[in-house]
Amino acid sequence: MSQFLQVFLSGLATGAVYALVAIGFTLVWQAAQTVNFAQGEFVMVPAFFVLIGMHWLGLSFWVALLFGFAVSIVVLGLLFKKLIVEPILPHGGITLIIATMALGILLKESAKEFYGAEAQPFPAMFPGDQIDVFGAAVSLRDLLNLVISLGIVILLTLFLNRTRTGRCMQATAQNPGVAEILGVDVKRMVLYTFLINAALAALASFLITPVYLAKFSNGETLGLIAFIAAIVGGFNQIRGALVGGLLIGVLDNLTATYVTAQYRAALPLVLLIVIILVRPQGIMGTSEGRAV
Amino acid sequence: MRGLSVRDVWRSVAIALLLVAAILLPIGQKNYIIYVLTSWLIFTIAAMGLNLTLGYAGQISLAQASFMAIGAYVTALLTLAGWHWLAALPPALIISFVVGLILGYPALRVKGHFLAFVTLAFNTLVFLVLRNEDWLTGGTYGLSGMPRPDFGLFSTDKHLPFYYFTLGITVIAALALWGIVRSPWGRAFKALRENPVRAESLGVDTRRVTLLAFAIGSVYGGLAGALITPLVQFIEPGSFGLAHSLRILLMVVVGGAGYFFGPFIGAAVVILLPEVLRFTEGYYLIIYSALVIVMLVFVPSGLIGVWGRLKAKVWPKQQVRTDMAEGAGLQ
Amino acid sequence: MTRSHRYRSLLLAVSIAVPAALGTAQAADTVKLGLVAELSGAGAPAGTNWRDGAKLAVAEVNAAGGILGKKVEMPEYDTQTDPQVSRALVQKAIDEGVIAIIGTVYSGSTMVNMLVAKQNSIPQFVGSEAPAIVEKGNPFVYRTSSGAQKGVPALTPYFKDTLKAKKVGVAWVNNEFGKGGRNVFIAEMKKAGIDVVVDAASEQAQTDYAADVAKIKSANPDAVFVYMNQEESARFLIEAKKQALPMPLVGEVTLTEAKVIELAGNAADGAIAHVGVTATATEVPGIAAFAKSFEDTFKRKPTHDAIKGYVGVWATKYVTDKVGKVDGEAFAKTMHGLCLKAADHPKILLDTCWDDRGEMSRPSFMVQVKGGSPVVIGTVPAN
Repeated sequence: MSQFLQVFLSGLATGAVYALVAIGFTLVWQAAQTVNFAQGEFVMVPAFFVLIGMHWLGLSFWVALLFGFAVSIVVLGLLFKKLIVEPILPHGGITLIIATMALGILLKESAKEFYGAEAQPFPAMFPGDQIDVFGAAVSLRDLLNLVISLGIVILLTLFLNRTRTGRCMQATAQNPGVAEILGVDVKRMVLYTFLINAALAALASFLITPVYLAKFSNGETLGLIAFIAAIVGGFNQIRGALVGGLLIGVLDNLTATYVTAQYRAALPLVLLIVIILVRPQGIMGTSEGRAV
Repeated sequence: MRGLSVRDVWRSVAIALLLVAAILLPIGQKNYIIYVLTSWLIFTIAAMGLNLTLGYAGQISLAQASFMAIGAYVTALLTLAGWHWLAALPPALIISFVVGLILGYPALRVKGHFLAFVTLAFNTLVFLVLRNEDWLTGGTYGLSGMPRPDFGLFSTDKHLPFYYFTLGITVIAALALWGIVRSPWGRAFKALRENPVRAESLGVDTRRVTLLAFAIGSVYGGLAGALITPLVQFIEPGSFGLAHSLRILLMVVVGGAGYFFGPFIGAAVVILLPEVLRFTEGYYLIIYSALVIVMLVFVPSGLIGVWGRLKAKVWPKQQVRTDMAEGAGLQ
Repeated sequence: MTRSHRYRSLLLAVSIAVPAALGTAQAADTVKLGLVAELSGAGAPAGTNWRDGAKLAVAEVNAAGGILGKKVEMPEYDTQTDPQVSRALVQKAIDEGVIAIIGTVYSGSTMVNMLVAKQNSIPQFVGSEAPAIVEKGNPFVYRTSSGAQKGVPALTPYFKDTLKAKKVGVAWVNNEFGKGGRNVFIAEMKKAGIDVVVDAASEQAQTDYAADVAKIKSANPDAVFVYMNQEESARFLIEAKKQALPMPLVGEVTLTEAKVIELAGNAADGAIAHVGVTATATEVPGIAAFAKSFEDTFKRKPTHDAIKGYVGVWATKYVTDKVGKVDGEAFAKTMHGLCLKAADHPKILLDTCWDDRGEMSRPSFMVQVKGGSPVVIGTVPAN
């Protein structure tokens, strides 16, 4: 029992971080009808911004964290939108997908060339104090990961449903043409989406890197898992991404513990295929394409 | 069909010149260059297949590398068991086709980019099976020592003959694709790409046509894999990962999706450009990826589209016939 | 037609011209070593260390008069951790006239590209530890550290006699490196009559080690053999500490490396490993000097792979000078059964021998992490 609880709770904590990345996928999908294949690298890079702040600029950890957050929003939000998405999007989603792939290589190779190929330790925002939950060792950090992710989903949903800007963003996602006619500043709304995506990626980076360590190649695995989580949960729903992330985090651990370790990575993929066959809109998704 | 005969003449001359260039290119080159040129041809074949799926039928497949894996492993296992490469080829192609059908059928039942998602999962699953089932595939250590085909008087053991052998296969594969694109099926693909709704209303069974395009595209992946096996004489699961599928997709888009000669140019850029940049040592992949982004910003329809744009500027009045676009790069 | 044709020809022409230009740059009074390594992709941490160790050695060799009195150049060839690319690049390096290949580190790559060096009779120093590499009858391939089939068995007495383990577990990373070590370990334990009660495979770049550690915890072995790459080792140690895994964790080479300790922090305390040659063994004067100049040059601590690259270049120099000319066949003849004493050849760091298959043997160490730094707790004689 304690073994089950252990892997279940750890899986939830890891899954919560996957969920944050997966939400980014759904947001970008809604804003631009494209998949950001550099999303994993978007989670890898902010940790390096913080390390640069600490080790090259001599900032203290918390200041460096703010610095990293700000730089991430500018580089991964604003610049990404202006320099890559805006010029390429009119030529179609596939071209943009390819461009994000190239961007992924660019970010990965840059991190490696300018900060080294070896993993770097990364300080944690929260203490790793252990709590004993019926025989399972859970760290405070794990619990906070979970709380923060849930909090983000609730806040984001409230923002999208209850504020004017949020509703404008939803309108943009559903039908940019009509939204424009109704006086919504579509360009600005799309920009907001990309800024939120960058902020979520940075947050996910700060939460997972203390355990996962800062390494140039981190994005490959994280990006793929989060992408699968987003599809499984439902590509057009924020709460779907949350459910998808948590589900994959838990299932991965349960498979490795009770079924097969060699094929642990296969289960989410099989799940994905089954879901597409049975319920193509995802577990939480709605079949009508683009509601937030 | 006005002016078609003139087009045909031009086209033949162009193809003949390209062929002569392809024949002369490797002569006097060192082994490494010949090796790189051979992999350019092989990846061109893989990209041709994906071009059919993406450029003509409008579906993203992220599993072209896993079809290469199927072709490569089937060929490797059979040639290691003593079969001639030519005998091992048909099973490799047939298995690729059947797997393509089985994989594409459910995904294409639903609208949207579900084929992309299913193929993404499939590619990673194939990797896991190749790695874990070492009784069959050699696991992480892969398979090695596969012989190169020997045709009596013509042995492909050396790099140069193997290049010509690959060139021959590439030409045959390109001709076959040319035939497919101009056949009634091929016209159905094009109708589908240009206007799916109209195509459907005209009685084209869109799902069947798309599925067929995907399965034939998979066969080209299998063919490329069947050539990789004797070229490298070593295969392992890591060479057929998702990253390689994305690389083939990159070739198609950079070359120009939907253009017949796009894959040749796309594969040249993706395979040769990093080689050209290698002298910058640590920075070559950074420069390369930045160049790709710049290329997509300025030439989003692929490099072959550059010609189309120039032509439109020089002869602005000429009617652009999109249905002939696949030949635009040859004019 | 001309446009696309010209464009393609241009690309091809440039791609041909650049290597050709590099080739002609080679002057008669230099010799070239081809550094073929994993400088990008999953193998980059190992490959870049290997390169930097080799670079340091080249600088030192040049300061000491070069090879055969000629200046040494070392062009770099990035394999992107792809065996197929590595094979092509060994070919390219040989086309460009290198006298020896330094690399590769990943066994999967070495297994393929060593065939090319063999065909061309070019000596090749590799950082790979898979047993099969020296079993193919290739006279031109030489290790820079002992293979897993020598390294892992050196641990058997430790499990059997020192820890008195009756049942053990193995946690390994499911790539060609991890699987090789795991297979040798399981065979060794069988021979020693020790039960392997838990066999935990994990993925490269895995995020969450909770399941692996929980499985080991409930199987409760007397000791665990941990065979993973650097950051995977660190993540495993962090999770093991979290779940308070009580038994000793024993590794081969990686587990007690400075980088792993840096990453895992105090979770690394108590970890034990058998290491071929370690920068920690500073009582060996050559190693201390190497570690110092490496840190001065690259601002980080050298890893095991850095030492291997360093040894590879110096061995090339010592042996080529011994042969007296550039001759692959003569090089191979000299290498087989060669023993270099550290007293006469200080940069080889430890007394080192190569057998007639290119396998290396030299003394090794048992190391344990105590208070955040690795401490040598015993020496294992060359086997």
